[in-house]
Amino acid sequence: MDFGFSEDQTLLQQTVRDFLEKECTPDAIRALWDRETGRSSELWAQLSAIGLPALLVPETYGGLGLDERDAVLALEETGRFALAEPIVTTAIVAAPLLCHLADTEHAAFAASWLERIAAGDARVAVASANQPLVSDAHVANLLLLSKGDRLYAANPDQVQLTPQPANDQSQRLFSVDWDAEKTLCLASGEDGLSLQAEMLDRGAFGCAAQLLGVADRLIEMGALYASQRKQFGVPVGSFQAVKHRLANAKVDLEYGRSIVHRSAHSVFTNSPSRSVDVSSAKGFIGEAARFAAGESLQVHGAIGYTYEQDLHIWMKRAWSLDLAFGSGAWHRARVGDALMDGGLSAPHFGYEPRDL
Amino acid sequence: MDLTYTPEQNAFRAEARSWLEASVPKEPLASFDTLEGFEAHREWEKKLHAGGFAMVPWPTEYGGRGADLLEWLIFEEEYYRAGAPGRVNQNGIFLLGPTIMEYGTPEQKARFLPKMASSEEVWAQGWSEPNAGSDMAAIQTTAIRDGDDYVINGQKTWASRGAYAHWLFGLFRTDPESSRHKGLTFVLVPMDTPGITVRPIEKINGKKAFAEVFFDDARVPVANRLGEEGAGWGVAMATAGFERGLMLRSPARFQSTAHRLVKLYRETVAAGGFVDSALRNRVTQCWIRAEAYALNTYQTVSRLLAGGKIGAEASLNKIFWSELDIEIHTVALALLESHGELLPSAPAAGNVGDWLEGYIFALAGPIYAGTNEIQRNIIAERILGLPRK
Repeated sequence: MDFGFSEDQTLLQQTVRDFLEKECTPDAIRALWDRETGRSSELWAQLSAIGLPALLVPETYGGLGLDERDAVLALEETGRFALAEPIVTTAIVAAPLLCHLADTEHAAFAASWLERIAAGDARVAVASANQPLVSDAHVANLLLLSKGDRLYAANPDQVQLTPQPANDQSQRLFSVDWDAEKTLCLASGEDGLSLQAEMLDRGAFGCAAQLLGVADRLIEMGALYASQRKQFGVPVGSFQAVKHRLANAKVDLEYGRSIVHRSAHSVFTNSPSRSVDVSSAKGFIGEAARFAAGESLQVHGAIGYTYEQDLHIWMKRAWSLDLAFGSGAWHRARVGDALMDGGLSAPHFGYEPRDL
Repeated sequence: MDLTYTPEQNAFRAEARSWLEASVPKEPLASFDTLEGFEAHREWEKKLHAGGFAMVPWPTEYGGRGADLLEWLIFEEEYYRAGAPGRVNQNGIFLLGPTIMEYGTPEQKARFLPKMASSEEVWAQGWSEPNAGSDMAAIQTTAIRDGDDYVINGQKTWASRGAYAHWLFGLFRTDPESSRHKGLTFVLVPMDTPGITVRPIEKINGKKAFAEVFFDDARVPVANRLGEEGAGWGVAMATAGFERGLMLRSPARFQSTAHRLVKLYRETVAAGGFVDSALRNRVTQCWIRAEAYALNTYQTVSRLLAGGKIGAEASLNKIFWSELDIEIHTVALALLESHGELLPSAPAAGNVGDWLEGYIFALAGPIYAGTNEIQRNIIAERILGLPRK
């Protein structure tokens, strides 16, 4: 039992942080809003150079062969710097799903895509069962799409995209139509549902990890502003009413962090409680990040309500990630169903009640 | 990160489980805020001690079993699983004990820790005074050096367990010219010292949970000083760190209560009682939060075992568990509807009266061990870096 991180894991986090601090500045984010795609292949190439898409790709395919326990800290940094590239869908959702196909008839297909992901040569978009709008479908080289009990793999020329402009300027959402008859079906029946369930849990876990960084950044921005802005001759952050707003947001963030870290372990081990652990994490941290956004906005006052100030970049990311791969309300309800109606496994951590 | 238990840890859990199953009293003991209950709880502590489970993380020479903090967590999980009695000497074993371990002389460790582990000596806290509550640095009670003694004059209040405890630990002003955090000294005081008068205070349910303690030329040997003279604030902060940060409220306490809440919800539904989606969501939130507290504590323990220390983040803990405790009990009383008003003695109460008792107890949580408002100031200033003024 060790609930800490290794030196290598924190080093990876630092590497990602140092890179994004330089390359993913608010100015760079705003510059991308004006591009039609909102994405940058140069940035994706740089992210690939530090190994981000290849994190969970096994070494045999040219990847880093790491696991979710390594990825969770790196993902937090992508939230802290509001990175918009499809890292979660490509690295955290698609790569491990493709690995599951290694001992099926689709082994060669999976291997070639895993190699392309590891090489920085592929972005992947995914549509999980509870996520009808597909993020980054326009730049994806491969789309993994759920329908009924089936999981499909589509090339860009097999799909019709309808852009659905979103509140988060960095987000690119699409409705996707495709002809199931003409599209490769990777799995169906039990196998298809199992992959769909894993897709949802992985996507939710990835977003939850990013939300840690988003919430942390929101609180940090609030604390920095409140320390500098003076009213009544003193920094507004010296007033308790202001202090306590940010302190409350910090409390929720830190407990959310523990649940998200645990969910990384549950996804890694494919624990029987994986779905409940992911939903606990996503439901909790989504709400915590929304709360941090609201408190930070109030601490900023009117300036935080302007387009010019950068706060809204992170506020909107908190909102969009909270709704991605199942809203907080949906995830909490899934935990509640497991607790109150049985079905999903919902054990306590450590504590085992005498009477269930 | 490896969230599985070792074979040794599993074996320890099995040993604790079987001992507790055989040993925990079948009937609940009277409240330790009554004299009868206080003594019954000391008897239980004696039994725990004889079984080697009184203070598992302490060294064997002081009455512990030399376990690490992970085994302590495992023990606590088994303790709550077994429904074992509350720890009457929690001020001693969870708060003062670790502080003596850090600041005590070899003589003090040998003198105080074994009798603390066995609850032969039960401890009360002596921090607050009538004019020093949240502002603890405003302490006025003096302990003036006179030869080999300190002569104590003044008044402490809200001394938990103060009505029946044998010893009291607290901060006293040894330099009468000093102010604020300077000139304070941490002193251990026998409650039977001549010049000490105890006046129990009844809490809102009428039980004598704490006391006022008056000092009138009470003489205490200088050997009872913990740490250096004038350095008491630092020693007290270490105690507060243990209190807020780790030992006072182990996670299994809230996990077991959240588990009972889920059961109560299911029973309410089965009996056709009133529930709505809002209540269901609150039950779920309570369960998730209790798990979050457990996970966070395991992270803290992992950090401590890797050589880390408890710092200002202890304040996060204190806010989290105290407000969670109130929410769990509030939701339970809502599920119970009119039965939520029944005292345990009411014929129709069955076992539901526990929820009311627990609610009354939980209400004190955001007040004791430093009010949650003070904790929020600490978080804002020491973790988030906001200006004091």
